[in-house]
Amino acid sequence: MGKKLLTEHINVPGIQGYEVYRKMGGYASVEKAIKSMKPEDVVEEVKKSGLRGRGGAGFPTGMKWSFLAKPEGVPRYLVCNADESEPGTFKDRYLMSRLPHLLIEGMITSSFALGANTSYIYVRGEYYYIIAILEKAIAEAYAAGWLGKNILGSGYDLDLYVQPGGGAYICGEETALLESLEGKRGNPRIKPPFPAIAGLYGCPTVVNNVETIAAVVPIVNQGGDAYAAVGIGKSTGTKLISASGHINKPGIYEIEMGITVEDFIYSDEYCGGILNGKKLKAVIAGGSSVPILPTDLILKTAAGEPRIMSYEGLADGGFAAGTMLGSGGFIVMDESVSIPKNLWNLIRFYHHESCGQCSPCREGTGWMEKILHKIVDGHGTLKDIDLLWELQAKIEGNTICPLGDAAAWPVASAIRHFRTEFEEYVKHGDKIKDVKYYFHTHNMDPAAAYSSL
Amino acid sequence: MAKVTIDGITIEVADGTTILNAARAIGKEVAPPTMCYYSKLKTSGGYCRTCLVEVSKGSEKDPRPMPKLVASCRTTVMDGMEVKNTTSPKVLEARKGVVEFLLANHPLDCPICDQAGECHLQDLSYEHGSAKTRYEFERRTFDKINIGEKIQLHMTRCILCYRCVKTAEQITDGRVHGVLNRGDVSEISTYIEQAIDNDFSGNVIDVCPVGALTDKTFRFKSRVWYTKPMDAHRNCENEKCSGKVVLWYKGEEVLRVTGRKDQWGEVEEFICNTCRFDKKKTSDWTIEGPREIDHSSVISANHYARTLVKPNEFKLNEVNPITE
Repeated sequence: MGKKLLTEHINVPGIQGYEVYRKMGGYASVEKAIKSMKPEDVVEEVKKSGLRGRGGAGFPTGMKWSFLAKPEGVPRYLVCNADESEPGTFKDRYLMSRLPHLLIEGMITSSFALGANTSYIYVRGEYYYIIAILEKAIAEAYAAGWLGKNILGSGYDLDLYVQPGGGAYICGEETALLESLEGKRGNPRIKPPFPAIAGLYGCPTVVNNVETIAAVVPIVNQGGDAYAAVGIGKSTGTKLISASGHINKPGIYEIEMGITVEDFIYSDEYCGGILNGKKLKAVIAGGSSVPILPTDLILKTAAGEPRIMSYEGLADGGFAAGTMLGSGGFIVMDESVSIPKNLWNLIRFYHHESCGQCSPCREGTGWMEKILHKIVDGHGTLKDIDLLWELQAKIEGNTICPLGDAAAWPVASAIRHFRTEFEEYVKHGDKIKDVKYYFHTHNMDPAAAYSSL
Repeated sequence: MAKVTIDGITIEVADGTTILNAARAIGKEVAPPTMCYYSKLKTSGGYCRTCLVEVSKGSEKDPRPMPKLVASCRTTVMDGMEVKNTTSPKVLEARKGVVEFLLANHPLDCPICDQAGECHLQDLSYEHGSAKTRYEFERRTFDKINIGEKIQLHMTRCILCYRCVKTAEQITDGRVHGVLNRGDVSEISTYIEQAIDNDFSGNVIDVCPVGALTDKTFRFKSRVWYTKPMDAHRNCENEKCSGKVVLWYKGEEVLRVTGRKDQWGEVEEFICNTCRFDKKKTSDWTIEGPREIDHSSVISANHYARTLVKPNEFKLNEVNPITE
């Protein structure tokens, strides 16, 4: 079994409640930080730990914290991004519903490190039952003296609030989240200024993912160096992976970064192999926004080495032959999956969730969706595939926020690795509905695939 | 002060100047086109992405290039920065893409649109777009809405530049006008179709880069290039109104009154609704003289004195995409 830093006690009965959580060593990091450390020391430990943002981008958390502006007389805020809406990602839901106190403990320690006296947890609106769980836990923490005025007699005050979101994917983008938290329409802001300079209500703000904030707890408890010893290279610590799709054991796994992808998919400790003994076709390794990879490239890198579950390992080969760890939404597809249909479904999501501020994303996502619909319906032409390729290239990198990139990458990778399958849809027109999809290898000759029917 | 080089031309500008304004200070040749930025409105810009430029050198201190194209209207210059606008193939390609996206859902009903001739989208697609469209699906349409007695909103033509939203926020009191819905079905609208009723609401017509917001007192009266623009002013009773306008004549009749637009197509000073909609007699105004219209504009078509082109300077193919 790999080392577990976050979910070690997750199956202890009653761990949702304060009493059991405290008995299992909970709130030790708050005690340690407030009683024996200065805020700068906590930031230093987080820097040493090499912790990287778990929301998707993988930016070093310690560095993000040290960028926080500290002007005199201006409040600073810590905001926890619990607006988890990426298709395929459900780790924060698990963490918050099963270990609410872990998040609250992390929030207190992190707020102390950043000097924030008011902090917010922005929860996805659809997670309404988690809001109740968190509010109950916060009430318990207030009652036990971990929140409120003069925590542990140190003179440090902290108030923690839960804010439900309105149900928009875009509010998971940090500046859109801040707008929404301020009570405005959740549109991403144009950067710069970054939230570290002018964030919530124009004050310096740090926005971190749930898992990132939870990881601060073991970092403070064990020390940054001990945390950095877990994992591989620059991908330190453990990562929660939400595994879904055609696997025998879908669910949330806390993995130590450095295990191989093959191990993760096929070993009984994790996903337990492909459902019904079918063949693996493709994997979306980090939530719907990251490039899809076919079997041969997800199990082995372009250089033929076994691919490793880490920020660097999955990114090996760049976008031509690699993907991203992203938020850890690991979607496995077997040979029965039609990539164009799957892509249409994903782009339909991005089209629906585009905020409509900037033109490439607003018009481009809708356009791509319509073309994909046309192809999947069997009315596409070969020109449409080229047009899709050009459109994604014109969206990527030209938008205000990363949603444009998130919509462009799946299209680019699907065409890059599974172009023949799109061409089959075009060639066979309406009849494609009756054909099963057996192109299980990377750009396999479709004639061979059909002959196996 | 910061030294910035744009397309090989170096200029010194104050710290905090945006790349766009530095480029505009150099001149029209290097200034990126804009659809949503408006110098008179705070926080405008950044939405349309037509002004994307490539920063090939970040600054003297940190010479690394910026990884993505940046919106020049919202990025401030650094000392020693090097920017590529028309000299970067990447920028031209991206801009072509943006034009295509902006036109994807635009009805292209220029023949019946009052804005034709002074439409920024027309100019933009003329200069940076392609002659054909690759969009083959149904375009989104909306019903026309009357917002206020004198203004008509035709959302179908809107490119969501947010200029009118910023205008409503910043120069009129009591905001009842904003954006509803999201994505490609988002629309400019008023609070439950409430009429906009205040002294400066007419300015949303001037700031609109396309024909989405039009002056109902002028609709279908004339093509703009058949009118003669004259600078004029009056002592307006409204303190906030400058009273400096352009009167658009057809014969002896004033067809419409607008604010004065500078060479970037942005009004110099906002005017009140009384000046715009109610003062349509020559006797209301002190006439200053003919308005200078940029010679590349179609509005200047019938004003020969300003547009005289010597035969040896005239090149047909340079400006005429139809010959493609």
